[in-house]
Amino acid sequence: MTAEVEPPGRSVEYQIETVRGSIRDATFRLAMFFSIGVAIAALGTLLVQVFVDALPRLNLDLLTQFPASLPALAGARSAIIGSIWVIGATALFTIPLGVAAAIYMEVFADPRRWYNRMIEVNIQNLAAVPSIVYGILGLGLLARAAHLGQTVLTAALTLTLLVLPVVIIVSREAMRAIPSSIRDASLALGATEQQTVWRHTLPLAVPGIATGIILALSRAIGEAAPLLLLGGLAYVTFTPTGLDSRFTVLPIQIFNWVSRPQEEFRTLAAAAIVVLLALLLVMNSIAILIRNHYRRTW
Amino acid sequence: MILLPGRPAGRSRASSQSRLSTAVVAVVVTAVSTGGGCGGSGQTAKSIGIDGSSTVAPLTEAAADLFREHNPGIQITVGTSGTGGGFEKFCRGETDISDASRSITQAEREACTRAGIDYVDFQVANDAVTVIVNKENAWATCLTAAQLRRIWDVRSPIENWNQVDPKFPDEPLLLFGPGTDSGTFDYFTSAINGKGGRSRTDYQASEDDNVIIAGVEGSRGGLGYIGYGYFEENTDRLRALAVDDGDGCVAPSVGSVQDGSYRPLARPLFIYVKRTSLARPALVDFVDYYVENSTAIARQALFIPLTSAQVAVNQKALADVVASGRPSTPAPGRS
Repeated sequence: MTAEVEPPGRSVEYQIETVRGSIRDATFRLAMFFSIGVAIAALGTLLVQVFVDALPRLNLDLLTQFPASLPALAGARSAIIGSIWVIGATALFTIPLGVAAAIYMEVFADPRRWYNRMIEVNIQNLAAVPSIVYGILGLGLLARAAHLGQTVLTAALTLTLLVLPVVIIVSREAMRAIPSSIRDASLALGATEQQTVWRHTLPLAVPGIATGIILALSRAIGEAAPLLLLGGLAYVTFTPTGLDSRFTVLPIQIFNWVSRPQEEFRTLAAAAIVVLLALLLVMNSIAILIRNHYRRTW
Repeated sequence: MILLPGRPAGRSRASSQSRLSTAVVAVVVTAVSTGGGCGGSGQTAKSIGIDGSSTVAPLTEAAADLFREHNPGIQITVGTSGTGGGFEKFCRGETDISDASRSITQAEREACTRAGIDYVDFQVANDAVTVIVNKENAWATCLTAAQLRRIWDVRSPIENWNQVDPKFPDEPLLLFGPGTDSGTFDYFTSAINGKGGRSRTDYQASEDDNVIIAGVEGSRGGLGYIGYGYFEENTDRLRALAVDDGDGCVAPSVGSVQDGSYRPLARPLFIYVKRTSLARPALVDFVDYYVENSTAIARQALFIPLTSAQVAVNQKALADVVASGRPSTPAPGRS
């Protein structure tokens, strides 16, 4: 705080010190402001650039047409619906598995046991593994060894493996943030551990868990590398009809269009990027809605 | 402690539980909803799985586009794993057709034989690997194959245009080219350096030809090589060099590729078709359509159409395959 009114009886040294302090304070604030400015300016430039590039092709055709060799006829319908299928299936697998694993680690696992400590370290390590490695795993284990082929199911399971560590870690954090007095009270009143989890821990952790899940899925929807490795389909002229369908997703479609010779395909790619951004925005809005709706303060 | 669940807790418990389930349902439903569509799924009689070269993919997609206008019920998927990646899947029996920007290698052929995959190949278009330079480059219009080799050979010491030819100015030579996974790289290195994959490594590599174009466009002393279609779309941004293979300088063009004078960088593009898949009528129809309409398809995908002699070879090969049903003679590998 700057001292504008001179307190009586203060020495000159003290006044110099306060002036110095306020200069330091202002400099620090300026530096912080600059940092956030760089981040926002970069994002803004990127968004404006993409929108300007995309403008000529931001129309209904983009949503209703299938990919085609002539850019004027091409659209991203199979990629958009493919992305929704893959992410939907990923959510179906990720949510129960991730939350259940988090509950086990946070509530039931005895941290003194060596195997529980090993699981914990491994989950943290897995969260840092590059996504392409999961693609290799998906191709070798799921698509080939398990004979699932290059289907929506394989893609969803691969992405599930990719985001599961993040979901587990975030869910555990959410549960840990609940005051232990609530859990203690529940147990003290005679509820079993299971009842406590179902009736108190889990409902109270929903905002944190939901946010974590949506952020993890937002990462998954933007992934191209592991899915390229799985099959790399870029020309799919039908929408998936089930988990055993072949598919394409938006990041792969974008990647493919960007590398075409015709300039029009790059316009199309920019338009598909806008669609992907819109999907991400919708998902993040849902996360915010859920968080605000279930938020508690203690 | 008396272990009795308190009555008043019932209400709040039920409500918190239902709140939880609504939250979970909300997340799942929003993510899963939408979908549906038409057609069957998986590898069925009505689906054709294609993978392979990203160079050939636009051709196959054009073929699929035109074919589907007459056969809307058939599902065709085209992947772009690269020529090598495509053959790997093809020789595991995962695809029906493999797109290739070079002919199959000995090792790949053996992998196919081991897996019992027999195939027949068709040339579907011609391409010209095009050597490009910056628009401001006023000194070079033609390089000999030997000069290109000196530039691109393993551990080449050339870093300046005046090392290529003393008549050229003192200008740093900046090299751009495709990465090692690319069929264009394989073809260029084998045609210029004598062996596929033999190349200097200290150049800007990208699998995306548009990145190579941007690189050459941005540096006065830039030199790179790309597919002909990419050059044709960017004639306002780049200049192509003629290549002299001993019989004078020849610039890449539809004519010089078709009459065989653009050497040694004119290359054929292929599709490899699994013979057992040809038992499916949908596949025979598609390959037949592809071969019969190769000129229109090549134009649409910005490639150089086959010559009439090349078309005749294809038609004969296709007639042989169809006539013999599932023939026992091994495919004549082009090399």
